[in-house]
Amino acid sequence: MEFTDAQIQRYSRHIILPEVGGKGQKKLLGAKVLLVGAGGLGCPVGYYLAAAGVGTIGIVDDDVVELSNLQRQIAHSTNTIGMPKVESAKRTFEALNSDVNVVAMKGRLTKDNITGIIEKYDLVIDGSDNFPTRYLVNDACVLSRKPLVSGAILRFEGQVTTLIPYEGHCYRCLFEAPPPPGLVPSCQEAGVLGVLPGVIGALEATEALKIILGQGELLKNALLIYNALSASFRKVKVPRNPKCPVCGENPTITELQDYDAGYCQMG
Amino acid sequence: MPEEVSNRMEVEQKKNLDIRGLVCPYTFVKAKLAIEDMELGGVLEIVLDYPEAVHNIPKSMQDHGQKVLKVEQTGPKEWVIVVRKEKD
Repeated sequence: MEFTDAQIQRYSRHIILPEVGGKGQKKLLGAKVLLVGAGGLGCPVGYYLAAAGVGTIGIVDDDVVELSNLQRQIAHSTNTIGMPKVESAKRTFEALNSDVNVVAMKGRLTKDNITGIIEKYDLVIDGSDNFPTRYLVNDACVLSRKPLVSGAILRFEGQVTTLIPYEGHCYRCLFEAPPPPGLVPSCQEAGVLGVLPGVIGALEATEALKIILGQGELLKNALLIYNALSASFRKVKVPRNPKCPVCGENPTITELQDYDAGYCQMG
Repeated sequence: MPEEVSNRMEVEQKKNLDIRGLVCPYTFVKAKLAIEDMELGGVLEIVLDYPEAVHNIPKSMQDHGQKVLKVEQTGPKEWVIVVRKEKD
């Protein structure tokens, strides 16, 4: 493909970078990224990926926009309250950049539909707000060998990690099984600083662009933890677990399973 | 121009780029896109009329690992920059 004059202007600050250039920008325009969740994390992730010119962005989310979302979910607005979040986000991202095709999927990921959805994408970004989805997405990405950027937020703290199946750790190497329902408070119960998903989502989007461009060091075998109150980052090493139930030497999880809901379902 | 250079230009890929009328940063953006599409050793001749870019393009090209062979004023408000691609 040849860039149009408008694309040369839009992406000029990328094209100038030696690590991106015209070649890298074409990779971005040809890339397909799946966002799990159009909430606190999915909004900034999708916003920046759309701005960067990632050509296809799929979004899965089952919720509609509520007033209480707008303190942090920046792709939605007062005008889209009541609208499915995937539709509200699609409008925002496509208004920012018409080079981007946003595939809006209103619904929930399940063990029966997830493999068919993720196989159409180059990589997956998890911005889900509940453990059943988080573990389902991890297991599906490992079994499909799909890169996964995972982010999580609560109160004033967030974390990001990048999973390259069988090369680096997976989510179960880090936390083998979901905690029992009720043990970990949800955002709904514990609160979250509105800007925090912006910080963590921007880090997730950065990892995604690096994967597509093949540049830099990923958060592979590492977990980056940000604390907003202490204004500090910590990077913790996470080795692969040879006994991991999904990516270890003798896996016990060889097909997908759904976990009972009972966790926070709110964005 | 040294004879060695002009000999090279005869055998190697050569491309011309007219960016008269363009201003920074699009002068360099266009030049960079043109050189990306060339093979190693290829020579790009750029014609431009934006004075600032006469300094900026050679500097940026060198920063990106390319070889600037010539910067020459060819008119009251026209310059030619010749760059050889040495890095992908």
